[in-house]
Amino acid sequence: MSTAAATTMFAETKLGRRKRRREIYAKVIFGLMALAMVVPLLAIVGYLVSRAWPLLSWDFLVSNPTNGMRRGGIWSAFLGTIYLVGTSLAISAPIGVLAAVYLNEYARESWFTRVVNMAVVNLAGVPSIVHALFGLGAFVLFAGIGRSILAASLTLSIMTLPVIIASTKEALAAVPVSFREACWNVGATRWQTIRGIVLPNSISGILTGVILQVSRTAGETAPIMFTGAVFFKKIAEGNPFAYRLTDQCMALSMHLYTVTTQVTDAPAALPYAIAVVLLGTVLLVNTASIAVRVYLRSRKKW
Amino acid sequence: MQPPPKKIEVSGLKLAYGDKEVIHGISFDVAPNEIFAIIGPAQSGKTSLLRCINRTIELTPGVKVQGTVRVDGEDVREMRNVYGLRRRIGMVAPLPVGLPLSIYDNVAFAPRAAGMHSKAELDALVERCLRQSALWDEVKDRLDSLGTKLSGGQQQRLTIARALSHSPEILCLDEFSIAIDPVTTMRIEDVLKELKSTMTILLVTNLVQQARRLASRTMFVWNGEVVEVGPNDVVFSDNPRNRKTYEYVSGIFG
Repeated sequence: MSTAAATTMFAETKLGRRKRRREIYAKVIFGLMALAMVVPLLAIVGYLVSRAWPLLSWDFLVSNPTNGMRRGGIWSAFLGTIYLVGTSLAISAPIGVLAAVYLNEYARESWFTRVVNMAVVNLAGVPSIVHALFGLGAFVLFAGIGRSILAASLTLSIMTLPVIIASTKEALAAVPVSFREACWNVGATRWQTIRGIVLPNSISGILTGVILQVSRTAGETAPIMFTGAVFFKKIAEGNPFAYRLTDQCMALSMHLYTVTTQVTDAPAALPYAIAVVLLGTVLLVNTASIAVRVYLRSRKKW
Repeated sequence: MQPPPKKIEVSGLKLAYGDKEVIHGISFDVAPNEIFAIIGPAQSGKTSLLRCINRTIELTPGVKVQGTVRVDGEDVREMRNVYGLRRRIGMVAPLPVGLPLSIYDNVAFAPRAAGMHSKAELDALVERCLRQSALWDEVKDRLDSLGTKLSGGQQQRLTIARALSHSPEILCLDEFSIAIDPVTTMRIEDVLKELKSTMTILLVTNLVQQARRLASRTMFVWNGEVVEVGPNDVVFSDNPRNRKTYEYVSGIFG
């Protein structure tokens, strides 16, 4: 009798079947959506690489454009982009992280923090072309820096700053308050708490937020067009210190735009090759950031 | 004859979160080397009361505190060095908080923050605190592993070890036994009886029997007001001064 009872108990019911079928539908639909993310990426990369293939070589990367940009490589643009990204993050990352630490750890709710938070949100929503005009007015003309890598980087920094502040604040807020209270209870100062507990446990999130800005900075054209990027420039080939911060520079994003719209009878593969280098650089940085994040996560302690 | 000195004196303490007053004027005092118990149902302001003593209450926005809290006769709110004050007080929260550090670093955190860096001194201190909190035997071979990976009860004892690590004069235990099994609780209670000789202990507890076992005097708080405060043999007798106390401690309600 007990066997019979058990059989009825675990036998498939109508409700059970329906539940199971729904589960399968949901899994398939959600899986397809996830796949929909991967397909365009692979398609884009595959298409670009196949079109760019004839031009891609080490020489292409480390030699200057020649013949009105129809021949040669993209060295000056490639190095220019690296300078712009590096300098702008060197400016915005420390400021953004420290500002976020202040807002999240020190500041009490007051009109001042409300104003700052509002500025952060609104600044993040300003279109990049407006940043470009601001950079032109503020850094190039008013501050007298002139069109240069420095002015362009400052403009890019203003653009990335609010996003870095927001992502850093999020990372800091993810550290439980109880940890901070435990530290305060034993007489630790705010700074000792931040230094000892909060920062070590939010560093992976902070870094992720900062590194994500690399791709954004590398891809922007408008802000640098007005403030420091030029149409064409020749620099010492293969020398990574060929630019000074006061120089104007070429940049991959702008170079891509120029080659596709301004240069007649450029080789068909050239724009694609530029795009591959731009995309490759960004993907490389992103991969590195994921590696760092995985490493730091593995040391996460609660 | 001079009245005996008080370790902690609280007088007319009122506390409000925004417009909501949660403590409506509490006064009591604690003698040195006494175990003083505070009992009462949840939401009666016990935890907030402890936080007024070490001034961590100030870190919560929108709190208004009135009245005075004195430690060794000195108003805590007039103390310049709030970190110094907090180092004189060990605080154990109801839910265990293992800091995301190794077991060793958890205990060494406070002394290091206070400027102790000698390895030998720290080693000795860590061992002493872990022994006092009845945790040493379980963790002595893995002091490098994470404090957050310990079980709940072990983490709570780690929290107690941390509270002892800066050699406080006052130890505040806020329902420390919530996450600990009865056997370990008894072991810690034995430790507390020993610690009494070197520090003053303020014991907030939901366990009426624990207050009865450990304390010399007990205060019964209800909705932010003192119902009764007195020696244990009065509070836990068959006729304390307040009828409500009797009903609460004998389990008729609450």
